[in-house]
Amino acid sequence: MAATIHSEESDTAAPARKAGRHTLLDAQGLTKRFGDILANDQVDLVINKGEIHALLGENGAGKSTLVKMFYGSLEPDGGKVLWEGSRVSIDNPAAARDLGIGMVFQHFSLFEALTVVENIALALPNPGKMSDLSRRIESVSRDYGLPLDPSDIVADLPVGIRQRIEIVRCLLQEPQLIIMDEPTSVLTPQEADQLFLTLQRLASEGCAVLYISHRLEEVKRICHHATILRHGQVVRECDPTKETPASLASMMVGADVASVSAGATNPNIGEVRLGLKNLSAKAATPFATSLNNISLDLRAGEVVAIAGVAGNGQGELFDAVSGETTLSAQMVQLDGIPCGNRGVTWRRRQNAAFVPEERLGHGAVPGMKLSQNLVLTRHGTGDGLARGGFVSVARAGDMEKRIKQNFDVRMSHDDPEARSLSGGNLQKFVVGRELDRKPGVLVVNQPTWGVDAGAAALIRQALIDLARSGSAVLVISQDLDEIFEIADRIAVISRGHLSAAEPARDMTRERVGLLMAGGAEVQGEVA
Amino acid sequence: MRVELIKRKEQSRKMALLSPLIAIGLTALSAAIIFAISGHNPLLGLYKFFIEPLTQQWSLEATIDKATPLVLIACGLSVCYLSNNWNIGAEGQFIVGALFGSVLPIMFPDFETSATLPLMLVFGAVGGALWALIPAVLKTRFNTNEILTSLMLVYVASLILDYLVRGPWRDPGGYNFPESRLFSDAATLPDIFGGAMSLSTPITFLVAIILAIMLGKTMKGFEIRVMGESPRAGSFAGFSARRLTLFAFALAGALAGLAGTMEVSGALNQLLPTISPGYGFTAIIVAFLGRLNPIGIIVAGFVLALSYIGGEAVQSSLGVSNKIASVIQGLLLFYVLACDTLILYKIRIVSRRASSGEVSHV
Amino acid sequence: MFEAVLLTVITAATPLLIAAIGELVVERSGVLNLGVEGMMIMGAVVGFAAANMTGSGTLGILAAILAGIAMAALFGFLVLILVANQVATGLALTILGIGFSGLIGEAFIGVPGLKLPQLYIPGLSDIPFIGPVLFQQDAIVYISFLLVAIVAYTLFRTRLGLVLRAVGDNHGSAHALGYSVIRIRFLAVLFGGACAGLAGAYLSLAYTPQWVENMTAGRGWIALALVVFSSWLPLRVVVGAYLFGAVNVLNLHAQAVEFDIPSQFLSSLPYLATILVLVLISANRRLTLVNTPACLGKPFVPDR
Repeated sequence: MAATIHSEESDTAAPARKAGRHTLLDAQGLTKRFGDILANDQVDLVINKGEIHALLGENGAGKSTLVKMFYGSLEPDGGKVLWEGSRVSIDNPAAARDLGIGMVFQHFSLFEALTVVENIALALPNPGKMSDLSRRIESVSRDYGLPLDPSDIVADLPVGIRQRIEIVRCLLQEPQLIIMDEPTSVLTPQEADQLFLTLQRLASEGCAVLYISHRLEEVKRICHHATILRHGQVVRECDPTKETPASLASMMVGADVASVSAGATNPNIGEVRLGLKNLSAKAATPFATSLNNISLDLRAGEVVAIAGVAGNGQGELFDAVSGETTLSAQMVQLDGIPCGNRGVTWRRRQNAAFVPEERLGHGAVPGMKLSQNLVLTRHGTGDGLARGGFVSVARAGDMEKRIKQNFDVRMSHDDPEARSLSGGNLQKFVVGRELDRKPGVLVVNQPTWGVDAGAAALIRQALIDLARSGSAVLVISQDLDEIFEIADRIAVISRGHLSAAEPARDMTRERVGLLMAGGAEVQGEVA
Repeated sequence: MRVELIKRKEQSRKMALLSPLIAIGLTALSAAIIFAISGHNPLLGLYKFFIEPLTQQWSLEATIDKATPLVLIACGLSVCYLSNNWNIGAEGQFIVGALFGSVLPIMFPDFETSATLPLMLVFGAVGGALWALIPAVLKTRFNTNEILTSLMLVYVASLILDYLVRGPWRDPGGYNFPESRLFSDAATLPDIFGGAMSLSTPITFLVAIILAIMLGKTMKGFEIRVMGESPRAGSFAGFSARRLTLFAFALAGALAGLAGTMEVSGALNQLLPTISPGYGFTAIIVAFLGRLNPIGIIVAGFVLALSYIGGEAVQSSLGVSNKIASVIQGLLLFYVLACDTLILYKIRIVSRRASSGEVSHV
Repeated sequence: MFEAVLLTVITAATPLLIAAIGELVVERSGVLNLGVEGMMIMGAVVGFAAANMTGSGTLGILAAILAGIAMAALFGFLVLILVANQVATGLALTILGIGFSGLIGEAFIGVPGLKLPQLYIPGLSDIPFIGPVLFQQDAIVYISFLLVAIVAYTLFRTRLGLVLRAVGDNHGSAHALGYSVIRIRFLAVLFGGACAGLAGAYLSLAYTPQWVENMTAGRGWIALALVVFSSWLPLRVVVGAYLFGAVNVLNLHAQAVEFDIPSQFLSSLPYLATILVLVLISANRRLTLVNTPACLGKPFVPDR
């Protein structure tokens, strides 16, 4: 199957690699099925010692499924794995660790209530005495430039440090293969650079790295070989250093990716539609971030993006702007009207619309139909969905069909439960539900997180189009590529402080990175 | 061998209807086994327990009498459980409702007008609601676990009842028996259809219909279901969890209190140290067996009431302890909860040896 | 007098302590079993019946423990294998336990029971005051303290305890690292059942050596409240259990002295005290949030 696709592709394709003398892991014909879905279909993969091997593919292409089979978290339905030439069966993560396979998870596998040393001990077969282990952690982490304090409790640590714990946990197992799932998605550019140095050192010591990322720039920069998955199959292998990010992207998607056009910077920047004035809020729980004196003017016609590493107050800021948490009136203003003390329905009636980060369970009720989920945010906005206290099912059904059509939401049958849609389709629905109202102010948190490239392009274009039609759009995002693609101005959030929004053309990744790493805080203090 | 659950993409509507029926079937099977163990013909036991009460007019009427408070309480509880408020203190709310409802006929026995009975019912509902609001306020104000507080208040309520009927409210002409005076005619809930049923039955029926419409068609019902399934999405929709908690508890308490007043005013006609054979707890089973849907609850209430009557029947005819009724009730709830798994999951039994060896699919 | 009061405090506190320490382990693993009352009453009736029929207190205790385990296994199967709602299933367990115990116990109502002997430790038991209070108790009292010590040590000093806390904190991560979340939770649930069964046996074999229907009288629920009170720390369970024991005894002695207070009011004190304690503890949001096992009550379905 893979071979036929090779011949259709351009001639830069490297031939499928054969296992050789330096081969560490050789997977042959791995297949995994979830119910009706074939997540991995006859996947072949060869990883050599000392190489950084990229595994590329869209969301849902089967990358995570494949590496979970290497790590023993999933059981393959077919195929085999050879480790240093002999067949192995990796029944569970402990077996993987015994072989010398370590994994750094995308959504960390850490225990927040436990200390760093306890977290690491849980992944080691024979951790020994805690005090000895603590000393080993200190020395190894210092040695690799990833210093850790073993007695810290994870809940108190920022994401960058949490990733260090995962990496150090792998290193203590003295692995021969480290699997990394989207490691840089939670790092500032500077932290990412530090990580690359660590990876290159590991590779030079003979350790192999299987590197999953959708950031093609960095794949090109540090990886020696790339395998590309699409719909569960290997479609290409290549040497990423000889490719461009654009060519890598088209291999992943199987077609040229529609590029988003921001058009010229909008000359018609209008009145302030959303004003945040010295917005401050104490953390509601010990695990939340407090917001400190945040100010921002969002004007008609522009897209402003707020960059930042996860967990720096994005969720809290979104809740304060949407009205799910209420503050004093002056802190939030819609079209000049103070409304910080008003609830989310009032703000929606003022023609504001909101799309939260978490699609299922915040933006939509998982077990409810799409038409019912429409009522969720539009019952109070004069769409006739709630008349005389009764829900109008017919009207909700009509609107659901309209949104499905306008935003290309694909579903197996009409009006399914929200949880049955794929991430990209549900996000198109959740964004479409708000855009359908043509809101004057739209606030979106992580608009394309975990969404396939096609849907992401559609959503980004829709956001730009909304702004160009005279609305104000605020995008909170961790994805710098996305931010530079669509934003007119960029602000950075760090530990609940927001830097001043500056024109995107004056910003560089380095500068954004410095602000993410705490510069925003200093600047916020001064402001 | 291990049991694996496979998540369905969407809820199975077929299983939502089938699961209570499967549960009842399994309960009957278990009951047969218990009859057999205790040395009786299982088929005869099942017949006496589940079927015979349906064949005679008096037992049918008795079943409806028992079903009425169960359905009324369970309707209120369904609103609580749908909105994720774990009120398990309906028994206490039933008792306090009965106490409030008895204020007029016991403390003002001479107040006999056509307004007496309606006022009693209102008092009863208010009393139950106030008692239910205690755990609700503690939950919204201090974040206190409502399961434990609502249950503790059951014990407190029954002690208050005990104190009143042995103390200040004891019938002055009652030879020191722990019971209140009998209610006057004006304070007695009348029977209808020539004595076939109490007025409380049509009232309960009406309440169930109104609640069914509220839950199925109105914004309030939508709010309740959203908050139950996904509180975060509910707050995004602009609903207030606090207010809904107060609403759900007050409604459940009011209905339990109403049931309590109707029980003492109709069936008992006075206060006794014990006025409920555990209606408030059995109603929890009724609510789940009825799928938290008022129409389903009407059916489920009838089934559970049958188990009370059936328990009496097997005791008198076979000499089996009537305690078997509460065992059967408990088993029924277990089976209902177990079968509900089928709505969201497919169950697959896999033998460990052959990874592809699927033995059975449900 | 004071000695007698202390003795009754110990007997009142012991069943609460045992049931609560078991539930603490269950909740630390991330499972909320509201069926403590049901497991406890089954322990009480089965323990009484077994002791009565065999004439052996030890066999009674063992039978009670097995009854608790059997009930817990039923709960575990529903909640862990079939992922049924934990709150509702716990309630079902209590309802079932009360029903079953009534059925089993019917034959034993009014039957004189067998009281566990008080252990006599030569020398120590003869010390005035301290001897009778500390060294003339029945075996279960000592077991209760041993249990607390073992649970405290295991939870915080051993790998088993670390894994248990990890599973309760984040079952997804524990699964990703290769721990069998369901097996660990099942064992914790069974341990909780064993403790509840033992606590029940204490009621029917030591506290009041007889079988009375519904004799647990809400103690299982109070044990649940004690776990919240303790913020999931074993040593604080001891404090809580003995405070409640004291409230209980206050009630008994006040009734004996015939204060001019209705006995029903005094009887309701333990329940009112439970509510008060819950309010005081939960009002401190910071404390409860930090200590609550993060996965408490959340369903877990592994993918494989």
